[in-house]
Amino acid sequence: MKLRANLAIGGGLTLLSLFVGVFGPWLAHTHPIMDANLMNAELPPSGEFWFGTDQQGRDIFSRVMYGAQISLTVGIGSQLINTAIGTTLGVTAGYWGGWWDDFVNGLTNLMLAIPSLIFALAIMAILGPGLTSLMIALGLTNWSYTCRISRAQALAIKSQGYVQAARVLGYGDMRIMFTQILPNTLGPIIVIATLGMGGSILAEAALSFLGLGVRPPSPSWGSMLSDARETITTAPWLSLFPGLAIFLTVLGLNLLGDGLRDVLDPQSRSRR
Amino acid sequence: MADSNLLSIEDLAVHFPIGGGMFSKPQMLRAVDGVNLSIKPGESLGLVGESGCGKSTLALSILGLVDPTRGRVMLDGKAVGSEADRLEVARTVQMVFQDPYASLNPRQTVRRTLAAPLRLHGVSNEGEVADRVAEMLRQVGLRPDQADLYPHEFSGGQRQRIGIARALILKPKLVICDEPVSALDVSIRAQIINLLLELQAEMGLSYLMISHDLGVVEHMSDRVAVMYLGRIVETGGWREIFEQPRHPYTRALIAAIPDPLTRGLAREKARGEIPSPLNPPPGCTFNPRCPHATDHCRSAPPVLSPVDEGHLVSCWRAEEFAKEPA
Amino acid sequence: MSINMPLLQVENLHLSLTTDAGSFPAVEGVSFEIARGETVGLVGESGCGKSITALSIMGLLRHPLGLSGGTIKLTGQEIQALPASELRALRGKRIAMIFQEPMTALNPLKPVGRQIAEMFVLHQGASWNEAEKKAVDALTQVKVPAPARRAKDYPHQLSGGMRQRVMIAIALACEPDLLIADEPTTALDVTVQAEIVDLMKELCAARGTAILMISHDLGLVTDICKRVCVMYAGRIVEQQDSEQIFNNPQHPYTQGLVASLPRLGMRALHGRRKLTEIAGVVPGITAYPGGCRFNPRCNRATEICKQVVPELEPLGDGSLVRCHHHG
Repeated sequence: MKLRANLAIGGGLTLLSLFVGVFGPWLAHTHPIMDANLMNAELPPSGEFWFGTDQQGRDIFSRVMYGAQISLTVGIGSQLINTAIGTTLGVTAGYWGGWWDDFVNGLTNLMLAIPSLIFALAIMAILGPGLTSLMIALGLTNWSYTCRISRAQALAIKSQGYVQAARVLGYGDMRIMFTQILPNTLGPIIVIATLGMGGSILAEAALSFLGLGVRPPSPSWGSMLSDARETITTAPWLSLFPGLAIFLTVLGLNLLGDGLRDVLDPQSRSRR
Repeated sequence: MADSNLLSIEDLAVHFPIGGGMFSKPQMLRAVDGVNLSIKPGESLGLVGESGCGKSTLALSILGLVDPTRGRVMLDGKAVGSEADRLEVARTVQMVFQDPYASLNPRQTVRRTLAAPLRLHGVSNEGEVADRVAEMLRQVGLRPDQADLYPHEFSGGQRQRIGIARALILKPKLVICDEPVSALDVSIRAQIINLLLELQAEMGLSYLMISHDLGVVEHMSDRVAVMYLGRIVETGGWREIFEQPRHPYTRALIAAIPDPLTRGLAREKARGEIPSPLNPPPGCTFNPRCPHATDHCRSAPPVLSPVDEGHLVSCWRAEEFAKEPA
Repeated sequence: MSINMPLLQVENLHLSLTTDAGSFPAVEGVSFEIARGETVGLVGESGCGKSITALSIMGLLRHPLGLSGGTIKLTGQEIQALPASELRALRGKRIAMIFQEPMTALNPLKPVGRQIAEMFVLHQGASWNEAEKKAVDALTQVKVPAPARRAKDYPHQLSGGMRQRVMIAIALACEPDLLIADEPTTALDVTVQAEIVDLMKELCAARGTAILMISHDLGLVTDICKRVCVMYAGRIVEQQDSEQIFNNPQHPYTQGLVASLPRLGMRALHGRRKLTEIAGVVPGITAYPGGCRFNPRCNRATEICKQVVPELEPLGDGSLVRCHHHG
């Protein structure tokens, strides 16, 4: 029963984040960038400004609503890149083996040995700040787990009778990987991607906090936190609400990932 | 002379390098070492052997999935191997697997399992694909309306029927059955054996029946080959092999069956364990386990030679065992 | 205690499987006896309850399986309710067990000689020095070549047949009264199986050890055992003399099994006949039919078979059959 709770709460929170991400602009009362009004600077939460206002008098609620779009875009975009790289390398390495497997293994170990945030920082330094660079940087640095898992899965699946049968039927390697191996590795890969999305959102916040992510005045949750660091004692709502948004989104994705793991686990499906 | 055989294997050897790193030389695993076999259209050949005898490697080389180190495999007059047309080989020879659970993709419906090979092999008319899938399911004793179910919705016996349908959907001429019933419940085996025999008659199939169960082999085969450590040690008609076995290993296999019915057929069992194919004993490879081994057997390898019409034995003392009861 | 008292008496044994969906009868009303030195077989297909019957005798049932009724007596003493510590003392010393896959039953990190020696230290209070010597003797008795050297080997260095010999040495180390063998040769090659079976027969006969042999292979069980109990879907459906089971089976299930086997030699005797099929599939534990559990697959089934569970009925010659229309 606990498993179902994970799935329900995680799914609910994730749906909420997605909803805000898509409809944020309509939910916001004011424009997050244009509606600066220094007269309203650093007002605490009130009936008019639900989450209070920031140093420049912008409505924090509206900025959090807009920010969801950026955080989720980065999360989803970078995970798509991660999953594409990880499964391609992992499945081919596991299926073909040999020198290619050794090479991919070496590369994976190298990626795991370098702290991914530092690596992403380096890539950002080359590509320059911005949403697209952020997605690429995070997408290029977090595929090692996906790769490891899909390689292990491919190794296990390629010795199964149905893969042998496909070879006997004349299927080529590519067709076998796409129709026989990939569909059977998807369960764990979806779980990793969901969990990874939370990681990416945190990494986006960290990079934006360091000034390398989304450029101000775009309202990313991370950059909002970054802007709020000087006022954390005097006006804590500036950091509280973007922080809470990150927390709930990441928590939701992690619970969803755990819940999906239990649902997609082949062990829990009946064999007979 | 035109070859009337559907399959002919000539002096086939498949060796694999095992182990070996940067500083050590790999050892040679002689999985198959000089095998001659043939199967005529419509005929079933039983292949008997224990673990490490090379029967799986032999099957892989017939399917063109392993290249011979020496010799060749001729299928329907054409050589099989990495040079051959993979699709053409697939349309000629197919395989039924041992484990009905691991041999079906859990994420594909039966329809997909059966239709995908048809499309791959150029059947593009969707109506024809659907008809052939339905017809195939009927032939293996399943209902066409079961096509949209997933493998886990079937019992073990039904899954093996699906495995047989997949092997036959391309209408091959030769089917390799690798222990087709040994993973099934005892009370289900007869259904599958009967089905395989019916389909053979209906479709004019040839079978290579790989099994360690001599009862199954006797029931299903016209001719039998006994394999030990990469070589054929005895081959002949099912009657010769099971009623007048000449090779001590064949006799040991029969003697090992715990059934009151076979007690009179052979008594002498083999001693000890099967040696590693990485390090086979010199001379006759069966000599360390043979109750009749002489010094000659320990130094010189015997060759497969005829003792009777169509009955070949690889044993130095085969002549002596002719009259003697096993 | 009477001299004629059976070594093992299993009476009306009920084992249940508990799942989220409720409790299911995995074994129902199983009763049998084994005399000292007697060999008895439990034959059946996967899921018929033969292995868990053996585990319950060893006191090794774990959740979700549990004992829900009946008694298990070893020389008259009820053992199913014994505290864990006393059961442990029984296991190995009076009842020993060997399994299908010796690799998983042996400790991969200890030399096999040490694992045999443990039995002498644990159950006979021998010193390690003495026990290691006895272990080499034990390996000699199970006909392991070069036993002193093999004693130092780890399980992965031995072949499957050698490992099963080691398992037998461990099982028989303390001269138990009863050896339970659960599919002991299923993972082995046929020629190796024959040797292991001969070894088991020889050693147990010499020591007067009783055997409870569990297998799906009717031929193998009749080869080793004097008496056979055939199980189907959690119940014993027939108990017969081994000599009789192939020639004169009484229960329709046993008859079907015997007729469905392609036995070597049949083709030479009778030509190639179509094998007799048993219709349908083995029912799952959650979907056992009412009445006689074989009724949906039985060609003799009538209305009564669907309603009333047949009793295990004696046939006069010592055999028992659970069928309304036996013979």
